Amino acid sequence: MRSARRNTELGLLVLSSLVIVGAYWLASMAQGSEIRESLTPFLGVVLGAPIVGHVAIRRLAPQADGILLPLASLLNGIGYVFIVRLDEHARFKGNLPALQASWLMLGMGAFVATLIFLSQTRTLERYRYTAGLIGLVLLLLPLLPVFGVNQRGSRIWVAFGPVSFQPGEFAKLALAVFFAGYLVDNRELLAVHRNVGALSVPDPKHLGPVLVAWGASLVVMILERDLGSSLLFFTLFIVLLWVATERASYLVIGTLLFVGGVAFSINTFSHVRQRVDILRNPWPHADGAGKQLVETMYAMADGGILGTGINLGDPLTVPLARTDFIFTAITEELGLMGATAILVSFLLIIGAGLRIALRASNGFDALLAVGLTTLLGFQAFVIIAGVIRVLPLTGVALPFVSYGGSSLLANYVLLALLLRISDNSVPRDVDATEFVAVGA
Amino acid sequence: MSHAPRKQIRNLGVFLTLCYVVLFVQLNRYTVFDAEERQNDPRNNRQEIRDFSAPRGTITTADGVLLAHSVESDDRFELQRMYPEGPLFAHVVGTFNPLATGISGVERTYNDELTGDLGFGLEQLGNLLENEEQVGNLTLTLRADVQRVARDQLGDRTGSVVVLDPRDGAIIAAWSNPTYEPEPLASHNFQAALDAAEVLDADPSKPRLARWYQDNLPPGSTFKVVTATAGIQSGNVDADEPEYPREREFLPPTAGSPIENSGGDVCGGALFDILAVSCNTAFARMGVDLTAQQFYDTAVSFGFDQDVPIDLPRPAQSNFPEVAQLEDRPTRAQSAIGGFEVRATPLQMALVAAAVANGGDVPEPHVLKEIRDSDGEVVKTYDADTWTEAMDPTTAGLLRSAMEGIVENGTARGLDDGLEQYAVGGKTGTAPLRGLNSSHAWIIGFAGPPGEDPEVAVAVVVEAAPGVGEQFGGRVAAPIAAAVMQQALQPPPAPAEQQQTGEQPAGQG
Repeated sequence: MRSARRNTELGLLVLSSLVIVGAYWLASMAQGSEIRESLTPFLGVVLGAPIVGHVAIRRLAPQADGILLPLASLLNGIGYVFIVRLDEHARFKGNLPALQASWLMLGMGAFVATLIFLSQTRTLERYRYTAGLIGLVLLLLPLLPVFGVNQRGSRIWVAFGPVSFQPGEFAKLALAVFFAGYLVDNRELLAVHRNVGALSVPDPKHLGPVLVAWGASLVVMILERDLGSSLLFFTLFIVLLWVATERASYLVIGTLLFVGGVAFSINTFSHVRQRVDILRNPWPHADGAGKQLVETMYAMADGGILGTGINLGDPLTVPLARTDFIFTAITEELGLMGATAILVSFLLIIGAGLRIALRASNGFDALLAVGLTTLLGFQAFVIIAGVIRVLPLTGVALPFVSYGGSSLLANYVLLALLLRISDNSVPRDVDATEFVAVGA
Repeated sequence: MSHAPRKQIRNLGVFLTLCYVVLFVQLNRYTVFDAEERQNDPRNNRQEIRDFSAPRGTITTADGVLLAHSVESDDRFELQRMYPEGPLFAHVVGTFNPLATGISGVERTYNDELTGDLGFGLEQLGNLLENEEQVGNLTLTLRADVQRVARDQLGDRTGSVVVLDPRDGAIIAAWSNPTYEPEPLASHNFQAALDAAEVLDADPSKPRLARWYQDNLPPGSTFKVVTATAGIQSGNVDADEPEYPREREFLPPTAGSPIENSGGDVCGGALFDILAVSCNTAFARMGVDLTAQQFYDTAVSFGFDQDVPIDLPRPAQSNFPEVAQLEDRPTRAQSAIGGFEVRATPLQMALVAAAVANGGDVPEPHVLKEIRDSDGEVVKTYDADTWTEAMDPTTAGLLRSAMEGIVENGTARGLDDGLEQYAVGGKTGTAPLRGLNSSHAWIIGFAGPPGEDPEVAVAVVVEAAPGVGEQFGGRVAAPIAAAVMQQALQPPPAPAEQQQTGEQPAGQG
């Protein structure tokens, strides 16, 4: 019985591997396909890495949730097939399949290492302020004059010699740890409200942290020109504040602050205003900053319900198809059906993450699980919403799916943290009856 | 549980789910509800880009000369269209550059077939399972040998030569001068292609205009074949009756100025006589004697004022005055000799000759012979049909004899040079252009083995030009027509081996 979840996990991994192999086979069989056979070993990496993760979970976190890893590997595998398919047809091959497979190996290494070295998430709680400092530094690192890199209008990259990465992907983990730790300490204090008329509002002297988080997110939005990350961090903080204090007033205050900040930025900074203009009407910018959004509309229109078929569409008409716009490529070639499968996968991850939060054995774990789940689920939402013009476009990666080392590494660590919390959670339901049965 | 506030986490779950529901709704709009509108958006050039990189079949003449093929290119469009014969077939084959200068000619009409959309047959279904790209390779009815003769004969004069098979409308040669070099227009350097097109479009001699079917001119006396048809069909005219009076000029009732004969000659007589010398006064009288409706219906039955069902883009109409205008007798008189506002494309006049040669039926003109798939199997053959019925076979027989008479001892005497062993008929035309002191020199004709149906019909026009003075159809156009018909009546050279599968250019599967 103890390994029931692990067997489920293994079964699901086999299923996701079948889907990935099937997709890869279809991609290589398509008319005009030119996928090199030399890439086959990397497919082995993509299929093998989750098995390594599975074995690690069996040994290190046997009670952990059983669907997170298969879902992540499914998303990762579909993303990999599209990276191969896009890279092989791109005018300038980036050798991205090999790189992505390498990043996956590193990510899986980090995943296993996290499980090994972190037997209790409470260890992290002790370093919450350190984590907060690290998070803040990472967040603002791209603004440093020497290391920061301007790329495509945003300043979210850092380069150390040949190695460049998006520190924001790691900052979000550190900040989630910090927020969870800080709020567990201070939740009673922050929950104190006063009645002003019919409204219940927080004591103004405790609003300091809210304003700091708000200010930091505005800095990210204005100086790094990264609306998506800004929204993500601020949402993370407000959600955790609300969950920790059980006070809905923070949601209202947070929303008002963010909307106010955005409105201020639109009126003050031309680059923010331009992003919003493009969101509302991309066509005048079809040859410039709005090109990806316009091409996405055309590409998805060609996709229809069932898609053109893998390797049978023209997703390379959309710039950055391998990274920020991989969701466009998936929707064009797998259609509404395939795109919905991606959405459902993320929803299932969110469901599993929140279930882990509900069963967490202590307040810190619960908040951390909520934070990590929000990060993953909301980041996927923000990038997809940017691609299909629900929110202004932003340059964050689609977790597990997009090409990108920082993102892959950070998200596998995130996954390991969730599984660690899950493994340490209070046994309930099935597990509880199991205890009875064993005791009897 | 004190560790985790259930209510908030549940609400968070609901909130995140709602976020994804919004995405799902928007995705439905993107892929389904707004899809058609966006696919039809003129700014959407995905189809054109697909066309660019899609393998595209070859275009070859009936005698196996390669006219268009695709070679691999290093840019994002993967394939570059090439036109080895250059200007020789530019007005027929056209150019392919969907993102800059557009698609023209056969490249446009048969775009779907060239990219392999050959309709759904069982063999196509089988091809779905093979990992090869299907294309359609076109064979045209045109012959490079005849086309070259047309080009060499016309030289640098402005004009057109159309040669076709009167029995089925298959176009054997279609040459217009001036023309253009097609490959610069197909350049993937779009700015260079657009610049090349701009230079051509700014040229007053209009080199991109396929004059042979996209431009119409006063047909002059060649139109008398149509007038004669109307006269015979109306019952007013036969071989012997009436005898038109011998006169120098004819003043139709109510007209301001008289109609004169060419060179101020005196002429008249029965049908064969007046055709042989192209007697203006007699044909003006013949026109005046017709009713407006009779005259108009006959012109329409030849294809005037109709859209030409040719398999090439944007053909020009040939024009004949409306019935209301024809109620005016001077207008009928002028129209009867190809004047007034009568306008005809060289193709239309070749079809007039073809109708006489073909027992009265005007065949559907076409340039496609057949389409072969990547394996060399013929998947489609052009199904030649009659376009319109211009006259009954008896009338056609009568006119055929009359037109052979014009070559024997009339204005078209030069038309059978080198064709002595064939039966040759023809009709000349000289359409003066006021103010230019010059004229369009026309000839139409047909030829074939004696006693058999003619195998080739032709129309040649050498257009009026400043400084050349008056040019007569019989002297200027007839030698060109004779030379191309002579070549067209030879069996075509055997198709070259280069067109066999296995040695096809890149991108053919």
